[in-house]
Amino acid sequence: MIAALAFILSGCGEPFLSALQPAGEVAQRQYNLMVLSAVVMVVVIIVVSIVYSIAITKFRRSKVGEDVIPKQVEGSHTLEILWTVIPIILVLVLAVPTVAVTFALADTAEMEEVDEEGNRTALVIDVRANLYWWEFNYPDQGIVTAQDLVVPTDQNVYFNVIASDVKHSFWIPAVGGKIDTNVDNMNTFYLNFDSESAEEVDNLFYGKCAELCGPSHALMDFKVQTLSSEDFDEWVAAMQEAGEEESEPENETIARGEEVFGNDGQACISCHAVSPTERAGNSPGPNLATFGERSYVAGILDNRDPEESREENIKNWIRNADKLKPGNTMGAYNEDDLSDEDLDALTEYLMSLKVYTE
Amino acid sequence: MSTVAQKQGFLAVLWDYLTTVDHKKIAILYLISGGFFFLVGGIEAMIIRIQLAVPDNNFVSAGLYNEILTMHGTTMIFLAAMPLLFAFMNAVVPLQIGARDVAFPFLNSLGFWLFFFGGIFLNLSWFLGGAPDAGWTSYASLSITSEGHGIDFYVLGLQISGAGTLIAGINFLVTIINMRAPGMTYMRMPLFTWSTFVASALILFAFPPLTVGLFLMLFDRMFGANFFDVSMGGNTIIWEHLFWIFGHPEVYILILPAFGIFSEIFATFSRKRLFGYAAMVFATVLIGFLGFMVWAHHMFTVGLGPTANAIFAVATMAIAVPTGVKIFNWMLTMWGGSIVFTTPMLYAVAFIPSFTAGGVTGVMLASAAADYQYHDTYFVVAHFHYVIVGGVVLGLLAGTHFYWPKMFGTMLNEFLGKITFWLFLIGFHATFFVQHFLGLMGMPRRIWKFLDGQGLNLFNLISTIGAVFMAVAVLVLVYNIIITQIKNVRVGNDPWGDGRTLEWAIASPPPFYNFKQLPLVRGLDPYWIEKMEGNTKMTPAEPVGDIHMPNNSFIPFVMSLGLFIAAFGAMYQVDWRASDGESFVWAIPVLIIGLLITLGSMAVRSLKDDHGYHIHKEDLLKDDEGGRE
Repeated sequence: MIAALAFILSGCGEPFLSALQPAGEVAQRQYNLMVLSAVVMVVVIIVVSIVYSIAITKFRRSKVGEDVIPKQVEGSHTLEILWTVIPIILVLVLAVPTVAVTFALADTAEMEEVDEEGNRTALVIDVRANLYWWEFNYPDQGIVTAQDLVVPTDQNVYFNVIASDVKHSFWIPAVGGKIDTNVDNMNTFYLNFDSESAEEVDNLFYGKCAELCGPSHALMDFKVQTLSSEDFDEWVAAMQEAGEEESEPENETIARGEEVFGNDGQACISCHAVSPTERAGNSPGPNLATFGERSYVAGILDNRDPEESREENIKNWIRNADKLKPGNTMGAYNEDDLSDEDLDALTEYLMSLKVYTE
Repeated sequence: MSTVAQKQGFLAVLWDYLTTVDHKKIAILYLISGGFFFLVGGIEAMIIRIQLAVPDNNFVSAGLYNEILTMHGTTMIFLAAMPLLFAFMNAVVPLQIGARDVAFPFLNSLGFWLFFFGGIFLNLSWFLGGAPDAGWTSYASLSITSEGHGIDFYVLGLQISGAGTLIAGINFLVTIINMRAPGMTYMRMPLFTWSTFVASALILFAFPPLTVGLFLMLFDRMFGANFFDVSMGGNTIIWEHLFWIFGHPEVYILILPAFGIFSEIFATFSRKRLFGYAAMVFATVLIGFLGFMVWAHHMFTVGLGPTANAIFAVATMAIAVPTGVKIFNWMLTMWGGSIVFTTPMLYAVAFIPSFTAGGVTGVMLASAAADYQYHDTYFVVAHFHYVIVGGVVLGLLAGTHFYWPKMFGTMLNEFLGKITFWLFLIGFHATFFVQHFLGLMGMPRRIWKFLDGQGLNLFNLISTIGAVFMAVAVLVLVYNIIITQIKNVRVGNDPWGDGRTLEWAIASPPPFYNFKQLPLVRGLDPYWIEKMEGNTKMTPAEPVGDIHMPNNSFIPFVMSLGLFIAAFGAMYQVDWRASDGESFVWAIPVLIIGLLITLGSMAVRSLKDDHGYHIHKEDLLKDDEGGRE
């Protein structure tokens, strides 16, 4: 029965988003609990259904006769003890693994472990939730990114999560349950991204905000890019390197775009850093250092399409940010703010912001 | 004085209802206003489902959607489900225990008008700059930063109506403790009375935390306090605790009376005494008690730590045991009985599997580590609609059909009733069953839209189609009510034929003084006992004598109106201060005038002696000779 139920459930949803297709140790343990509890509950439902069906078919007035006065039974101690004790046993069957897994998933002791040189051994990422965007800061590596969380597979990744404005909740359904990003305090938990499952979804999982946070709560999505441990180390090195060097614009359009982006233009830079090592923890807008490599614009416009629709996405976002994510703090830039030519240049500049890929 | 209904002008009827202290008329007031808010909340639900019918829909804007979802939840819980339950409690409980009225008829009226004005105040937000938009839970960080007056309407409206609820709860406690007829011991009380008793005790302990929370938020938003402002040393998690210390018992406040209604229906239409009565009573009390021990299961993902999560997980699972006892006792009540499928019984029979489904997902949710996945997703939405619609709303619909004759003296049409039942039941399961899977497939709750390509399209569409069925069902019910009242076919004391409890021993509707002579109660199901011994009436416990009655009073209405007026002043003085006294200069005077009206009417009530009046013995006897339907 467990197998049958698991089979039915696994058909549900998309593998990059569904909690029913667990893609890591945490999600798997939670999924096992779900299946266990579902099975126990299906047993309860079956027993209830049987008693219930017999009762409502066998004892209809049309069958027992119009004028029959049934025996006025007071109760039955035996039966009542039976249906008190059996549920207690069923609850215990569920309670014991629940307590065990709850404690296991809260175990973040590894975060404190250090090697001989005093460096932390585990990977720790500081997640900061903001009105409709996410910042991912790698404090030990000295790098920061936004909207696309980049993680290595097959190892525990530890998260410190907090919100900078109102409460949000950090959730990657396929990889594990959520944890609230409170405004009051930092919460800590871990996830583990399974490499095989990651391959199935082209190394891209969907993340969501799970706590009502304002008009665009529904659109506060982020994406998770998974890399093998080696590739992740390369990515970190590339990020660190990009933070150290000033890159020269490749052509004039990009140079113009950089101007528009800068303080003499639209002053985008006052909110958006473009260096992967800058302004972690207090930036008013997402860091754009890897913008040209992001899978999605603003977490909602698919950027994996060919070049042309990428441009369209970016322009659409800059012109209509207030409509695409109502209530977001960036606002929109119309023709009066930003000419079409400048928008072209800005878009090209943004697409040139890459660190890891060519 | 005759009790025969006289033709009265509309204004006279209106004045009568504005001033009534009769529990039966207050029940009708609760039923009408609760029914009205139920329709309002239903329209909000339909807008939600239309918006989510297809991906990336723009039927309503993002901000408006959040207002609608907030008002749907708030309206359905505070302004529809609770008052509708109060309607049946008021209509039935005094009759079931053989009382002439509730213990404090004046307070009963005050409770209603406070609820009514609070509800109206809250809904006026739609026309005065926007409704609250932080969810019915109104979590502090979001609600403190929410712009406009939406949250102010929420805080003030619920504060006023919450006071009414608290008053009503206390009134029922006192009534049930003190007003039982001779022989009506605690362990002979019908289950609906028992569940009203326990729910009232829950109200007594659950509403003060809400009141405290609302006051803190009121001071934060309107008078510059910083209870929930983290940058000033406040803490938002406190709000979550206060809200859920109220909020979890609240769902038992709703479901226990529904359990009570179903218990009456199962026994009546199975022609059989409730199986395991003592266990049922004990289970009700135990559920009420445990209901206070589990609030943090709404906060598993807040980061309280594994110890707290584990304790609250196990405590929550424990509630499954008494609830299971109830389910089996209901089934065994039917077992060996003589079941007739009237409309109320259909609802009761459908309630068992629907509520069981909601109950088992409740146990699944209690498993803390797994709840990290369920929390704040459509799985939770599915779960609580299964318990609240599958439990409370089915109970209310069953109660409407079951007690309609006792409240109005007419029978709702059974054929139309069954159409409503089937449409509603099918629609309910179609709407909410698939939502379990939507949640597990990664759909968070309270989202304005979902995007294409995430595998969520089909189930959302099914859910919307189901909601249409439910809407049609409610329309059929409204039509049923209208034609029934137009036809106005009167019925006798015991229209279902198998009534067991005291309310079926007197006329439908009962005379305004209820029992001419208080009945003598000789056991559980007293009317059934008399019927089985061939009696058509209850044995009286007293000779016919003068009956002391309370006078009608307009004061409760005025008292509540004063708070309603004061609330506007409290709210707009924020704008007055923000404008440096330039505009809204009327705000503070309005606040003061409103409070003076309330305090003044309290003073009048305290200083003016109102001894009520007596119905004389001779008039009561004359009534008998006059003959009644």
